[in-house]
Amino acid sequence: MTREAYNPLSSKFHDWVVTVDHKKLGVMYIVTGILYLIVAGSEALMMRWQLAIPNNDILSPDTFNAFFTMHGTTMIFLVGMPILLGAANYFIPLMIGARDMAFPRLNAFGFWLFFFGALLLYFSFLGGQGLSGEEGAPNVGWFAYAPLTSTTFSPGSATDYWVISLFVAGLGSIMTAINLVTTILTMRCDGMTLMKMPLFAWMMLVDAALILIVLPPLAVIQIMLLLDRQFGAHFFDAQAGADPLIWQHLFWFFGHPEVYILIIPGFAYISEVIPVFSRKVLFGYPLMVAATVSIGFISLGVWAHHMFAVGLSPAVLAYFSGATFLVGVPTGMKIFNWIATMWGGHIRFATPMLFATGFVSMFVLGGLTGIMLAVVPMDWQLSDTYFVVGHFHWVLFGGLLFAIFSGFFYWFPKVTGRLLNETLGKWQFWFLFVGFLVTFGPMHMAGFEGMPRRIYTFMPGRGLELWNMLSSIGAAIQVVGFILFVINVFWSLRKGKIAGDDPWDAWTLEWSTTSPPPPWNFAETPQIASRRPLWDLKHPDDPDWKYE
Amino acid sequence: MGRIPLLLILFFATNSSIALAGPENLSIFDPVSPAATPIRDLFMLVFGVIGIIFVITEGALIWSIIRYRAKGDETKEPPQVYGSNPIEVAWTVIPIIIVFTLFLVTTRSIYSLDMQEAPEGALKVKATGHQWWWEFEYEDLGITTAGELHVPEGIPVFVELRSADVIHSFWVPRLAGKIDCIPNRENHLWFQADEVGTWYGQCAEFCGSQHAKMLIRVISEKEVDFNSWVANQQLQAAEIPTEANGKETFLSLACINCHNIQGVTTVGGFGPDLTHLMSRDTIASGAANNSTDNLRLWLQNPDSIKEGALMPNMMLSDKEIDALMEYLQTLK
Repeated sequence: MTREAYNPLSSKFHDWVVTVDHKKLGVMYIVTGILYLIVAGSEALMMRWQLAIPNNDILSPDTFNAFFTMHGTTMIFLVGMPILLGAANYFIPLMIGARDMAFPRLNAFGFWLFFFGALLLYFSFLGGQGLSGEEGAPNVGWFAYAPLTSTTFSPGSATDYWVISLFVAGLGSIMTAINLVTTILTMRCDGMTLMKMPLFAWMMLVDAALILIVLPPLAVIQIMLLLDRQFGAHFFDAQAGADPLIWQHLFWFFGHPEVYILIIPGFAYISEVIPVFSRKVLFGYPLMVAATVSIGFISLGVWAHHMFAVGLSPAVLAYFSGATFLVGVPTGMKIFNWIATMWGGHIRFATPMLFATGFVSMFVLGGLTGIMLAVVPMDWQLSDTYFVVGHFHWVLFGGLLFAIFSGFFYWFPKVTGRLLNETLGKWQFWFLFVGFLVTFGPMHMAGFEGMPRRIYTFMPGRGLELWNMLSSIGAAIQVVGFILFVINVFWSLRKGKIAGDDPWDAWTLEWSTTSPPPPWNFAETPQIASRRPLWDLKHPDDPDWKYE
Repeated sequence: MGRIPLLLILFFATNSSIALAGPENLSIFDPVSPAATPIRDLFMLVFGVIGIIFVITEGALIWSIIRYRAKGDETKEPPQVYGSNPIEVAWTVIPIIIVFTLFLVTTRSIYSLDMQEAPEGALKVKATGHQWWWEFEYEDLGITTAGELHVPEGIPVFVELRSADVIHSFWVPRLAGKIDCIPNRENHLWFQADEVGTWYGQCAEFCGSQHAKMLIRVISEKEVDFNSWVANQQLQAAEIPTEANGKETFLSLACINCHNIQGVTTVGGFGPDLTHLMSRDTIASGAANNSTDNLRLWLQNPDSIKEGALMPNMMLSDKEIDALMEYLQTLK
């Protein structure tokens, strides 16, 4: 008998803690991400409750400020990042026909750094008060603009928790990015040249490269801020003569590529889902690769479009405006290529495809409101208003989150061996879709009506009541969708339909192994001749490699 | 075809949003200033452009959803189309042309709205953001006030933007776009109120606890009314003896550490100047109307009006508050 029979629970727990298996680490990343999604979603719900009517007093000003800080920080660093890194961890080796990541132990180390960094951030609710006893969780915004973060304006330890926890979690992300780049460049199976990789792998390669370029600068300014706060340095201390704009430039040099780091994995998921459910090969693969690489490059040169209202000179404004417009070109190419992939197909609207279609339709609008924000004089009106809140939730919720759900429903059978329930999945989609529109649509209107962001309450009689009430109702509708999702996961884990190796009749390598895959992934190293190895297998008469 | 209903919807949406808001609206679609009107017009142009893109893209998407939905009786896979150079070139080049056009329009607009020097005949004002109130100084006129900015109708106003502590942002949507107030930097903004009225705005950059109640009122008046307001503001505090000896009470308390009253005490400066407190419509940077009850409440406990306000609760006795109220109400 094995020790499992002797003490099953603690032995299983032990297995997960010491594992260096990319699949177990991937699952742990994603589960952690989903738990924090629920936490940060609850914070958002409290904010919508507070903002349902003017002069509401559900949350005190400082609590509200802590909630939007934690909501933003959590969603970016503890939800978006772990889910995208987890999915890449799980599927990159499977898709490129490798048995694990290049550095399995570094992989585990990266995960645990992230995990404890995340716990540290949330420990601030208990430990953030420090000697001043004033604050709990960080309440300086996820962007933490100097000089509000100096000890003069933010006493206590809350801001230090923000700095240190994200620094630790960020180190984990950097390590995982190194691992991903190395794995993709060196561990591909026989026959898989770079241009025969699944688009997923290309997009995660660009994504990991972006993480490598922009997370170290964030780590650097966090250390500088920590030196300011703990050791009396004056990097960002305006009272000692520092220019607070330095923080903004350095932060957005990280912060803007960061939103591409978050959305590119979304592109990656639906670039796998749309072809399979349209039964067609992805339209214009080389152009998609080129578009992804150029988005990566352009995203490094647009950061100051977050700073159009700080008093930059007209020439600088014009440059950053033009660079920002330019992002629209490769992004547009992708959208057109996805639609062209659907065009002429036999589209099956299973839940993954519903979410993928929702992604494309919402991402178009989120991109177009982004174009509006790039028109500098319009940004002078819209910057820091609810229009911006509406815009980026359109991209990150209607875009990224829908893509995540699309991928979740698509790959869940591979990971667990069971399919998620389709009926519950479709109800979840429609609740989320309607809830999403009702929540974030009116936010654009509130922005037009002059409602700034990050305010814990608003003045009555200025035309904001209707929009805010609608947003709050929409948030309540979304809750139903999320509850359905949780029920679905638990129900399907026990009673879901057995998936088999390839439930969607798909084409990439992960579907050639068992569900769930064995620890060694593939008994024999695969050999491929085209981008869709399983298509070649299923259609020996008309294989892909003839046309690529 | 699709473009007309879309523009109609936009037109309806913008107008109904203004109607819903009523006279106190802060709508960017209801400008009363040559610094804000061109931005509104730019909006309409950009709405048109992105509206067309939106309709075409979503139209193609919806068409493929309806037309190419699997019927369930397909016996083999659809034709595999790997790509098409002419089509892909088309949807690379056309967007480049569109964004290049938008870039030119934007650049022209930036240069025409940007103003670093005060135009001839402009009224110069210095606006300083404090946590969480606005200080307005008319250096040429020798006036310092707070929360409410008086300007003459139809004359350009050139605002120098400063911050005393953290970053704030001056935004009155119907008059101009926002520009930040940043410590150790000097920014500028201009507007011109073409109508008599009160224009609302508020701080637009997160600045701490009470960012939400750092409100602005710009009051534009006929030139003669503005001049008489100026004449009154230039007076030193009126010397009206009060029965309860409120002035001595004021001077004996820590009030003077922050608040100035011209002609009485000028050692403060951290809080709003109170010389003509009663000439203002609001207190606490617009958080409450300047009524007797509110002012009393404010003296008793500032947190009850504006939680977290930097004015401390001075634990004043009722007698002290009575005396202060009597004195403050002489500061007209």
